Amino acid sequence: MTSVFSDSAYVLESLPELWFGLVVFALGVYLLLDGFDFGLGILFAEADDSERELMLAAFGPLWKANEVWLVLFGTVLFAGFPAVYANVLGRYYLLVFAILFSLSLRGLGSKLREERDDEQWVRFWDACFVAGSTLSPFLLGVFVASWVLGEPSPLAIAPFVVGLTVVALAVVLGGAFLGVKTRRGLRTRVVQRGQLATGAYILLFVITAAVLYSQYPGLRPVLLSGSTGALVVVTLVFAAANVVAASRERYHASVLSASGLAATLVVFLATLLYPTVDPAAGLTIADAVVSPLALNMTSVFAAIFMPIIVGYFLFLYSVFSGPVTADQRYK
Amino acid sequence: MTDPTVTTMMTEFGPWLAFLTPELASRIQFGWAITIHIIFAALSVGLAPFLVYFTVQEVRTGKERYVRLRKFWTKIFAVGFIMGTVTGIPMGFMFGTNFGAFSTVAGELIGGPLSFEAKMAFFLEAVFLGILLFGRDRVSDWFYALSSFMVALGAWLSAFWILVVNSWMQTPRGYEIVMEDGVQIAQLTDPLAAFFNPRFPWMYVHMQNAAIISVTLLIVGIAAYFVWKNRDSDVWKTALRVGVVVLLLTSTFQAIHGDMYGRHVAETQPHKFAAMEAHYETGSADLHVVAIPTEFESITDPRADNLYTISIPHFASFLASGGDPNAEVTGLNDFEYDSPPVAWVFWSFRIMVGLGFWFIALGAWGTYRLWKGGLADDDRLLKALMLSSPLGFVALITGWYVAEIGRQPWIIQDVLKTSDGVSPPVTGTEATLTLLAFVVGYVLLFSVFLYVLKRIIDEEADRHEIGIADDNRPDSPGVPADD
Repeated sequence: MTSVFSDSAYVLESLPELWFGLVVFALGVYLLLDGFDFGLGILFAEADDSERELMLAAFGPLWKANEVWLVLFGTVLFAGFPAVYANVLGRYYLLVFAILFSLSLRGLGSKLREERDDEQWVRFWDACFVAGSTLSPFLLGVFVASWVLGEPSPLAIAPFVVGLTVVALAVVLGGAFLGVKTRRGLRTRVVQRGQLATGAYILLFVITAAVLYSQYPGLRPVLLSGSTGALVVVTLVFAAANVVAASRERYHASVLSASGLAATLVVFLATLLYPTVDPAAGLTIADAVVSPLALNMTSVFAAIFMPIIVGYFLFLYSVFSGPVTADQRYK
Repeated sequence: MTDPTVTTMMTEFGPWLAFLTPELASRIQFGWAITIHIIFAALSVGLAPFLVYFTVQEVRTGKERYVRLRKFWTKIFAVGFIMGTVTGIPMGFMFGTNFGAFSTVAGELIGGPLSFEAKMAFFLEAVFLGILLFGRDRVSDWFYALSSFMVALGAWLSAFWILVVNSWMQTPRGYEIVMEDGVQIAQLTDPLAAFFNPRFPWMYVHMQNAAIISVTLLIVGIAAYFVWKNRDSDVWKTALRVGVVVLLLTSTFQAIHGDMYGRHVAETQPHKFAAMEAHYETGSADLHVVAIPTEFESITDPRADNLYTISIPHFASFLASGGDPNAEVTGLNDFEYDSPPVAWVFWSFRIMVGLGFWFIALGAWGTYRLWKGGLADDDRLLKALMLSSPLGFVALITGWYVAEIGRQPWIIQDVLKTSDGVSPPVTGTEATLTLLAFVVGYVLLFSVFLYVLKRIIDEEADRHEIGIADDNRPDSPGVPADD
């Protein structure tokens, strides 16, 4: 085996591909975990004040940690494929700042609403919270699709449809998450919304596939391949499982199947990208990856810290598991 | 952007909006964003050790005063942390959006450390802050104290990796320039040499200590306010007593360390040192202890002949060389590249150093009063402390201006010019548009932060008025009723 400090060869021959896998994994975990939060923020719109308190008690301890996965995705992409990081962020310049702006609205809204009791102040930050929670998944979907499809500009049909798909997915995730975190009337309603959203998600998933097929002839071989077929079957199975689990009040099963939907979507998008990493610039993994020494070094850190990070999250979610009560706010 | 509709839109609005070049708009945007972000970053770094202290004392002694201090400062820490996250995430992405060419050239050297920061520091901070804020009743006492230590560790590790990146840009090591697909990039050859480059230890010590000084000033300023309102406040008298001593020690250390740091800068970045003293002609350099502009032009173009100065002849040479008053200091006219914006560097340096001496004086004054008795009764001192509470951050920001603006025209010293580091696809219109959004957004954001800070302080002041016990009466329960 090659030494970690080798500057002539990767420790593993497939290390660049593994690093691509880590980029996809970080993005996927981010969309999944913050998907819970986005969905919660969208469902927040139709909740009354006491329900909102409960929803924020579920949101409070977790969202900041969830958002770190976005930073991890960015830095892992940067560390492994710096040219792609530079190209993609520069190409979709305004879109990237729009995403950051809507994420800020979401984060600030949740925190600042409670800083003052006056009605107008609370309503304003509530509106920011809902708007940020809705816009963020939409724009993230647009961003990822534009990148994967190699669109020179994000203003195209396919990224738009993928954006809507990610919003529907967020509602599925948020409904499932709140199914575990809340009780009684609120739970019944959000779970029902999650089931409706699952239907919308399947519909949008089909539309996405149709748009991709008709507009991107280059993708047809991938779309018609066995792996895509398998992913479609898996998606349908998870969707059905989610609806059934929710109606049988198996809330944890519902969270798992909703997570399966998110994972499948990310894997699907990754199969469209692989083995390129920046189709618009014609860069493959091999073209864009950093030199052996740099990748070996960052991989050692990743090998040590990724299990620790996963451990943190298992721990964090277990400390804050189960239904919330209204008094669980920081005092 | 090549989409036709967008292109039309840009040509219509373009000329009006694109009054800044992509380079200048990107630089101002990054500089402005970091100016706001660094306040919150320093708040985390500086406040974290105090939080550990309060939490450990709370758990160890169960005394109410520590519960009070922990709750008060955790609230401020939490708001600062959210502001830090909100303003920090764009910083990392701006390497790609605005300085894409720089990211491509230096990706192997800076992408790694930034990902280590995320893996080692951000998760630690975010996860354990969740416990600190929401988990008091869900975890054991000692685990709660451990959580505050983990948050502190996260804040300090985060600063570690960020300063690895920044110091590498000042004194790059451990790389070689290679051609890759027709582009010159810096390839990593020696990670340890790159991370622990000559500037790194200077920067880390100076910055961490600056963060502690800034937060100490904030703490003593707020403590002075509460003591001034209620002379019997044991909680805040404790904070005041500890604070003035810490202030004296840390600011004295900073001055001594800063002097040595300056010598290191003179050796490694002579053009920055020359800009700090507005030294144009090569030769022995004077140190301008006091510099007062005599006309408007001397603000934007500081030179010894258009300033009223009190100078120590040859002393800058003496400092730069470590003892030789006649040592030759290269003047700005004799570098092969453009000078940095001298006025920014020259004045920022003076503000930083001037404030630094003021902090030493404040610390000495407070410590003297503590020693002689009557710290809580010296109104003039209390007022000086209150007025000085934000000044640590001013010194810290101006210090960064010296480091960063003084490095210009280089984005990586002697390797890459800032003008060559900007993202190729970004237009002046786009960059100007986002710059405007950042200016407006961060002004609002910072106002909101100040407002929330004021609310937290007012709430604490109200408790004083209605006389909630802040002493440690034996009959009072260890854990207070919720507020």
